[in-house]
Amino acid sequence: MRRLINRKPGRAAALGLGLLPFVLVVIAYLFGSHTRLQDNPADKLLPPPAVMVDAIERLALEPSKRSGQRLLWADTAASLQRLGLGVGLSAVLGLVFGVAIGVVPHIRATLGHFLVVLSMIPPLAVLPILFIVFGLGELSKVVLIVIGVAPFIMRDLAARVAELPRELMIKGQTLGASTWQIITRVVLPQLWPRLIHSVRLMLGPAWLFLIAAEAIAATDGLGYRIFLVRRYLAMDVILPYVAWITLLAFLFDWLLQKWARRAFPWAEPAP
Amino acid sequence: MLRQANRILTAAVLCAALSLLGVTQAQAADKQQFRIAWSIYVGWMPWGYAKDSGIVDKWADKYDIGIDVVQINDYIESINQYTAGAFDGCTMTNMDALTIPAAGGVDSTALIVGDFSDGNDAILLKDREKLTQIKGLPVNLVELSVSHYLLARGLASVGLSERDIQVVNTSDADIVGAYQSPDVQAVVTWNPQKNEILKQPDTYNVFDSADIPGEIIDLLVVNTETLKANPALGKALTGAWYETMAIMAEDSERGRAARAAMARAAGTDAVGYQAQLETTRMFYEPAAAAAFARAPKLGETMDYVRGFSFEHGLLGEGAPSPDVIGIALADGRVLGDAGNLKLRFDAAYMQMAADGEL
Repeated sequence: MRRLINRKPGRAAALGLGLLPFVLVVIAYLFGSHTRLQDNPADKLLPPPAVMVDAIERLALEPSKRSGQRLLWADTAASLQRLGLGVGLSAVLGLVFGVAIGVVPHIRATLGHFLVVLSMIPPLAVLPILFIVFGLGELSKVVLIVIGVAPFIMRDLAARVAELPRELMIKGQTLGASTWQIITRVVLPQLWPRLIHSVRLMLGPAWLFLIAAEAIAATDGLGYRIFLVRRYLAMDVILPYVAWITLLAFLFDWLLQKWARRAFPWAEPAP
Repeated sequence: MLRQANRILTAAVLCAALSLLGVTQAQAADKQQFRIAWSIYVGWMPWGYAKDSGIVDKWADKYDIGIDVVQINDYIESINQYTAGAFDGCTMTNMDALTIPAAGGVDSTALIVGDFSDGNDAILLKDREKLTQIKGLPVNLVELSVSHYLLARGLASVGLSERDIQVVNTSDADIVGAYQSPDVQAVVTWNPQKNEILKQPDTYNVFDSADIPGEIIDLLVVNTETLKANPALGKALTGAWYETMAIMAEDSERGRAARAAMARAAGTDAVGYQAQLETTRMFYEPAAAAAFARAPKLGETMDYVRGFSFEHGLLGEGAPSPDVIGIALADGRVLGDAGNLKLRFDAAYMQMAADGEL
């Protein structure tokens, strides 16, 4: 049928179409930057690529005058450590509580509604409370990520457990499995790919909370640098940092997807 | 289908906006509408009152132009917008005028010297009464702001340097909340946060802007090209400002009403606003402001400020010395590169107001 929905681009065309929006954005940027620079050669809002390359070289290769660190790597290491701890902790909590709530009716009755309410609290709104309880150091930044991310992973996994075919549980019990054995032999093996998927989806919000935490009080980190140099409109630093964060986020998402595909091919939808 | 149409529309708008950014640079020549940005701060509240009470419109009509006075909620964002060309003028401190628009190549003129901070900015310590005790502590402040400048000046006054402490960048919106945390032992901030934190027990003000009088100056900055092409803008703004100042200084029903309106707009009451005004040296008289702008002291201050800005990389990481940006003082002297004048102090309009020529 010659309908729009049935017409598929070839390999080369698909690649070209995929690149098109990127190219358009770059062209729009270069055009805007060029126009502004003609009016004011020192314009900081849309710096030309050469200036951004200079800024990246300075931040990535030269030790900073004040601390002697290579700032881009120091910021990246600090941010990734917070992100890793926050997301890792959220995944563990999500798994433990998700399974417990999904499997044990008494726990579900106790925590189910509480969790729904908890997950609806906007974490940024309770920041002053977090400061008082957890201080202003690394802990409060990790906790902000956990509070923002963990309840959703818990809810997602609890729902996934509830979706497991009831027959499997019954079959396990007829073979004499205890609750613990049901969890370890029936529930968990099916939950791993769902956990990875859930973490993938929550990476976006995790970055958001990380950058918010670093903007509010920090001495290093990717979000810290962006909000610091915003003070003097250093877009030549901000734009490469944004690109770097995007690249990192994309990379993690891709790696998690690869991992899930390789380790749990049975959980992937049929091609 | 509808969603896809929406998405295409959004993408188109984004592309158009990006390319328009380049074109919207204020066309300085023959335009009659001007936009001025201001943000909430004790010394700038009169702009809100001048707009609401019709004083700005009255003066704009007198010079046959239109002036739109816009309040921006985020101070730095207002300066960035001005630097990007979205506004013809903006309220800011002397340091931010140097490090944001001037360092960004936007030739800017300090049209009105509104006030200087006379205690509005302070270093506050928990359980410690002397500035020297700050040694070794983490200090929470908005990095690279006037707070940071005040800290550097304070540390120098007791023979310490930034190496003796650890600066923790903390948002001004969250600094009062942050102070509740036991981690936080020292903060540098401005009003109204400063007065709020001072209400906490065992909190001491160990150094404030009254110790460096006249160094943190609140200005109305306008684009130099626009001002040169349209002196009427300078005259109308200056006229409106000093009419507002006169009302604000009056001990009359009208003066009290004006101060009460400013207090409300600043989110405080008459008492709270008065407390902030006491640590702000307002120049109610144009003659006093013009004299302050012309005094040799301003040159010394700007020399400190550009030294601090250079050391912290605020003049651009590639800047070889503090001299890269020329600063023209109102007394005719020039600091730095006279071929690259980007920040000018101009007492002419304030003098016109003092001489009753507006």
